[in-house]
Amino acid sequence: MNTLNTTVSNEAGLQNAAVTPAKEERPAETVIEEGQTVGTPFSDDPKFRLRNVEVFYGADRAIKNISLDIARNEVIAFIGPSGCGKSTFLRCLNRMNDSIDICRVKGALHLDDQDIYDPKRDVVELRARVGMVFQKPNPFPKSIYDNVAYGPRIHGLANRKSDLDDIVENSLRKAGLWNEVKDRLDATATGMSGGQQQRLCIARAIAVSPEVVLMDEPCSALDPIATAKVEELIAELSASYTIVIVTHSMQQAARVSHRTAYFHLGHLVEVNDTDKVFTSPEHELTESYITGRFG
Amino acid sequence: MQTANLLPLVLVIAMVAYALAYMRSRSVAAPLGGIRNLKALPFYYAARAALWCAIPALIILGAWAGFEGKVIQNMVISSLPSESVPQTPGEASLVLSQISNVAAGKLDPNFVPAEIVGAADLLGQLRAQSSQFKTTLVLLIALLGGTFAWTRVKPHINARENVERTLRWIFFVCAAVAILTTVGIVFSVIFETVRFFGKVPITEFLFGTSWSPQTALRADQVGADGAFGIIPLFTGTLLISFIALAVSVPVGLLSAVYLSEYATKPMRATLKPMLEMLAGVPTVVYGFFAALTVAPFIRDLAEGIGLEASSQSALAAGLVMGIMIIPFVSSLSDDVINAVPQNLRDGSLALGATQSETMKNVIFPAALPGIMGGILLAASRAIGETMIVVMAAGLAAHLTANPLDSVTTVTVQIVTLLTGDQEFDSAKTLAAFALGMMLFIVTLLLNVVALKIVRKYREQYD
Repeated sequence: MNTLNTTVSNEAGLQNAAVTPAKEERPAETVIEEGQTVGTPFSDDPKFRLRNVEVFYGADRAIKNISLDIARNEVIAFIGPSGCGKSTFLRCLNRMNDSIDICRVKGALHLDDQDIYDPKRDVVELRARVGMVFQKPNPFPKSIYDNVAYGPRIHGLANRKSDLDDIVENSLRKAGLWNEVKDRLDATATGMSGGQQQRLCIARAIAVSPEVVLMDEPCSALDPIATAKVEELIAELSASYTIVIVTHSMQQAARVSHRTAYFHLGHLVEVNDTDKVFTSPEHELTESYITGRFG
Repeated sequence: MQTANLLPLVLVIAMVAYALAYMRSRSVAAPLGGIRNLKALPFYYAARAALWCAIPALIILGAWAGFEGKVIQNMVISSLPSESVPQTPGEASLVLSQISNVAAGKLDPNFVPAEIVGAADLLGQLRAQSSQFKTTLVLLIALLGGTFAWTRVKPHINARENVERTLRWIFFVCAAVAILTTVGIVFSVIFETVRFFGKVPITEFLFGTSWSPQTALRADQVGADGAFGIIPLFTGTLLISFIALAVSVPVGLLSAVYLSEYATKPMRATLKPMLEMLAGVPTVVYGFFAALTVAPFIRDLAEGIGLEASSQSALAAGLVMGIMIIPFVSSLSDDVINAVPQNLRDGSLALGATQSETMKNVIFPAALPGIMGGILLAASRAIGETMIVVMAAGLAAHLTANPLDSVTTVTVQIVTLLTGDQEFDSAKTLAAFALGMMLFIVTLLLNVVALKIVRKYREQYD
């Protein structure tokens, strides 16, 4: 979040702020027009309809007039250089920014035509529908079983112990973890490997049957093998959930997502089908980023 | 020379040794092409010289100060003619104080026997000799040590290792001092307690239900038999501590939750120091607050609803004590709750848990060991608190569970036993040690039990 505060918000500062001089090849006249996103940001049947979203940290504008639709059951990847606002934007979708005192969100954000930021909105219900997986695996220091059962217990999803057992087993199966942990459900979750912990966090998130799963760089703390497992899992989950994934790895975005959104200094520069973004990006900033000229 | 003067002198010599060794190491290094050609930095050579200088000298000085008095005393006593050699320790100390008073000029030599005057002269002589000898020896050793270290400032000698090793020992000694002091206190209490049980049977002490420690000073005194049953004292202590904890644990814990989870940053920055100020109020102030404001208020209230209440009550003392120990619970709990990683909170909130569910299910179990620590600290404060109880709960040892009655506690009784004129080896005085011992055992058990509870229920997050 600190990096956001230091970014320069006007276009003039843009050219020397994010771009390292050594790699500077991009023509100097490249500017981003606010609110202008190239590609296909909108959808006919959106799960999320987000219009003119702006996020402020105190006086700093971290997200600048972004409009985007997230379609039902798609996997959309947010990519972009550090501090470009992709995590901030993601955390607007389940109002996780609420706990930051100085953060303000403006604009129209709708989930299935219901206003997310309606003051009367029940955040608990919202977050039950929009689950989240974090960058660093954060299992609770409880048993594996209790971790998965946490959400269902809070939301009263199971009337009987056997119902809860079923939910736990199903979630662990969906997360591809059941066979590894079925004999030690009572063991503490913090004793698992990093990759297992992250898959447990995914199981925990899907145990409350959300409609959307937000993933904030879910593999950045994992080794390549664990990463491959999580990516496989994302592909399987995409059948039944809408998935929004923030990632620093362009290969990962290319492997798992249907659409890719490129963020730059708080702007949403380009949204297109993933194939198109990585083969023939429309915007020159996107091209510079995916070809590794900066970022 | 006096030890008080000698000590700074040794330190000055050590500083000089430090400076000289520092300069020498630089001048040794110069022809070699700079200090990087030395085995250690100049600081280490200098520090080693200072340590060589100071430590042996200080050890000698300490040993001398410790044994000088005894040795001289024995020499003086053995110089007395055989018929006036004291037979008992009591006599010996009488004779010795006479001798030293004569030597100090406080007692006219004409009033005491000639052998005492002779001994006083001898005492003066011995003291002068000892002082002279001590000064010479200490200074010599300091100088020798310093010089030795100075000559050992050589590029191939690794002073760093020497200094590190010495420092390790110094740290060890510091740690040992704390432990040995505790052990010493425990043993001295144990010995006195054993003496007490020689006078009062242990069963009467542990299971007696009446406490009135007035023993007869003279054989013909009436009505003072002395009863040493600690049960009323312990019930009093437990009653008051229980009331205090019943106030401070919920209030302290919940205010910690508010401060760490709900309060905004500026709110927290103002409230926390204010809450901690409660801990800075002297207990005697709490004491008269309890005695003059709270206790009468409780009595009036109780009488208002038709209950009988004494003007000094366990409830008044317990309530005020509870207020006093709130900061112990809240401040420590607040710290440990804050130390629970934010990502656990996020994880719970993102699953749709409310703030209080997150608190109850995730943060509280993870912070439990620290919270227990805070409560324990508060409990031991409550058990050990004396002043509030003296002022607000009284001195009468009633065996009661009625919080409106006046009770007394173990610590209050220790105070009353040891203040005022008493023979040191009377049962009354020794009872204080036995009470102290019991208190120590109880708090120790409390700690052990709490540790076990924490081990069992804690959820370790890292």
